Amino acid sequence: MALFILRRLGVMVASMLCMTFIVFALTNLPANLEKLAKTQAGTRMTDAQVQSWLARGGYAQPMLRRYGEWLGVVPGHAGDASAGETAGRCARAAMQAGLDRAPRYCGVLQGNWGYSTKFRAPVGQVIAERLARTGVLMFWAFAVMVPLALVIGVLAGMREGSATDRTLSTVSIASTSTPEYVSGVIFVVVFASSMVGLKWFSGSAKSAVDGITFHNFTLPVATIALYGLGYIARMTRASMAEVMTAQYIRTARLKGVGFRAIVLRHALRNALIAPFTIIMLQFPWLLTGVVIVEELFVYPGFGNALVEGAQNNDIELLMAVSVVAVVVVLITQLISDIGYALLNPRIRVT
Amino acid sequence: MDPLSWTGAPGPWLNPALGVAVLALAGAVVAHALARIFASGAQPITRRAVWVTLGAVALGGLAHLAGALVLAPDDTGIIARISARFWPVWAALGITFALSLALRRRLGLYGHLFENPMGMIGLGLVLFWVFTAIFADLIVPFDPVADVISGMKNKPPGTALRAPEPGQYGYYLLGGDALARDVFSRVVMGARVVLGIAPAATLFAFMVGIVLGVPAGYLGGRIDTALAFVANLVLAFPVILLFFLLVTPEIIAMGVPTYMAAVLFLFPIVFLVILWNARFHTRPVLRAVTVGLTVLVGGWLYLGLAWDADPLGLISIPGGVLIVFVAVVFVNAPTVFRIVRGLTLDIRTRDYVAAAQTRGEGAWYIMLWEILPNARGPLLVDFCLRIGYTTILLGTLGFFGLGLPPDSPDWGSSINAGRGLLQFFPFPPLVPAVAIMSLVLGLNLLADALRQESLRD
Repeated sequence: MALFILRRLGVMVASMLCMTFIVFALTNLPANLEKLAKTQAGTRMTDAQVQSWLARGGYAQPMLRRYGEWLGVVPGHAGDASAGETAGRCARAAMQAGLDRAPRYCGVLQGNWGYSTKFRAPVGQVIAERLARTGVLMFWAFAVMVPLALVIGVLAGMREGSATDRTLSTVSIASTSTPEYVSGVIFVVVFASSMVGLKWFSGSAKSAVDGITFHNFTLPVATIALYGLGYIARMTRASMAEVMTAQYIRTARLKGVGFRAIVLRHALRNALIAPFTIIMLQFPWLLTGVVIVEELFVYPGFGNALVEGAQNNDIELLMAVSVVAVVVVLITQLISDIGYALLNPRIRVT
Repeated sequence: MDPLSWTGAPGPWLNPALGVAVLALAGAVVAHALARIFASGAQPITRRAVWVTLGAVALGGLAHLAGALVLAPDDTGIIARISARFWPVWAALGITFALSLALRRRLGLYGHLFENPMGMIGLGLVLFWVFTAIFADLIVPFDPVADVISGMKNKPPGTALRAPEPGQYGYYLLGGDALARDVFSRVVMGARVVLGIAPAATLFAFMVGIVLGVPAGYLGGRIDTALAFVANLVLAFPVILLFFLLVTPEIIAMGVPTYMAAVLFLFPIVFLVILWNARFHTRPVLRAVTVGLTVLVGGWLYLGLAWDADPLGLISIPGGVLIVFVAVVFVNAPTVFRIVRGLTLDIRTRDYVAAAQTRGEGAWYIMLWEILPNARGPLLVDFCLRIGYTTILLGTLGFFGLGLPPDSPDWGSSINAGRGLLQFFPFPPLVPAVAIMSLVLGLNLLADALRQESLRD
């Protein structure tokens, strides 16, 4: 088991390096750098001005070298100190820390995530604040989605082919057919607009930053939960239906155990192994949903940082966003594999 | 002219009656569900109540239909007029369903669909949008992009044009959007954009997934490890981040989509060449003809689609559409690869594969003519599901204003354009949202029915 985890961790590190380099390469294409220069220092720059701006910021060096700087394995570009420039990442880090001399290495490995050109704040600070907000949103979405999906799946799967099963399965299919930008629009029109006139909830989650209420948080949470709900429910149903045909369930029935006791005591535990992995693998899927919902309901979280970073080619913010996203994906994959092996004694990892 | 009402002249007295019937039906359904759980003795009564109220609702619907057919065209409402605009779709749907029902015993798996009510509903929804895309030119009353009519900005459904020109349709049936264009025409034309991209992109993703996945599963070894690593890499990449990095004007200007298309569009040609070569390698003439034709036609399409360098000047796709297409193929291909690889690993151990190996068949023949045909069931089901997922991805791209030009009538872009004023003018984003949902629902129901029916065989 330990060897398995070690090997997986090795693959994870390799994947991380590959992916952060891909993001770095894409954000550092000449056209994107030019966009960055123009959004930062004025749109009417000449080509020569753009070049000199990029050179001063240290953007003109070879890409591999700058990737190394970002990572913290290559000494950072310090700017020309005699000219009083503080554009290099190390100089800025030194300034914030109140040091006289800039450190030589100042990349991610040293804990320096860089400076967000869009929000004009250290990336670490931006990301931490945004992740906390998105974490709250995700927590409530999961708190609504998972229990509901498991109940629907178990109810549908315990009597396969019954009217309950067919109804609930159709409901799950409908839910998987409703992406967030569709359900969000429909929810806002029905529950927040003047057209239907219900006006129960707010169509904007902006005020949720100061405090979560039913009024401002119900619609975003419901929108995220709805799309994932059907998928988990269908997996639970399939798993439950399979367990219900197993030999030991038949034996329990022949023994005269009641249906309720069979479902609760014998079937449920085995039926919930497969959904567990599915739920873990939902995390990366939910990122797209989070971005859409945060855009639609104007909630300044992690997804909003992704959109803003991409639209302004904020390189270091985007790098941090992708590191966080990729780490979440890889760790949930690992947990789902390990958890699956632990929950199911028939699976042995060697 | 007055604005149209939803149901026209019979509405004021027919709608209240229909409302009562619908309420009664809902009550009866709830009572029946309660009776099932708590009092099984009352079930026959509640079941009868459900049927009676259902009949009443159907009667109300039929009365509306009869009204729409009998009344003078000026007295009909929005729903009747929209239905009338869709006449080529109804005709095509009717013919398709009648023919399929009559011949369903001879149509194999497709025929089995007509024994499954959910499958029929799914097929109906999908065919509705397919025929809408085909006949869009006949259905739309206005041009979805060019017709900007003054005074129609953000108008509710059924608003009459202020000064219709002779021969021009008199109403915006589903209202006007923020640029005073007809919402109804845009949604109908949007079907053409979405259904032009989604199935083709899914097909390309399948070609890539099959060409890489079957050898990975069958041969194993280093190729398998390397391909699986790359596939997992792309899969671990958040889709939305990939879209934001890939589908930007700067990237399009750099020519990245062209290079990606140059790689991805090679796969179908490679697939077909290997397919014919493996099948006909004992018949040189046939092999030369099929492979030659594939290379010739495929190469022509390839030059036109990927490099925009068609020597005849017939085929080309605009950069915005190409990048959307490539991005969607790129995101879908690794999942298909994983599915195909898994299926191959399973089928590889079957007896007929061993028999072919003993016979001395080549590796490619076994992969494409023994393994692949036997994986068709699960692949067909996944193909249906994946078109739906691709449609959702296209909508996501449109929602963020990526790729397609902003005035494109596709559904995602329309939702994006209308979401700012959603609370005040709900129709411009609501109608395309419902359109996406119904198409994807149809595809998912169809996939589910296909899975059930293929398991039954």
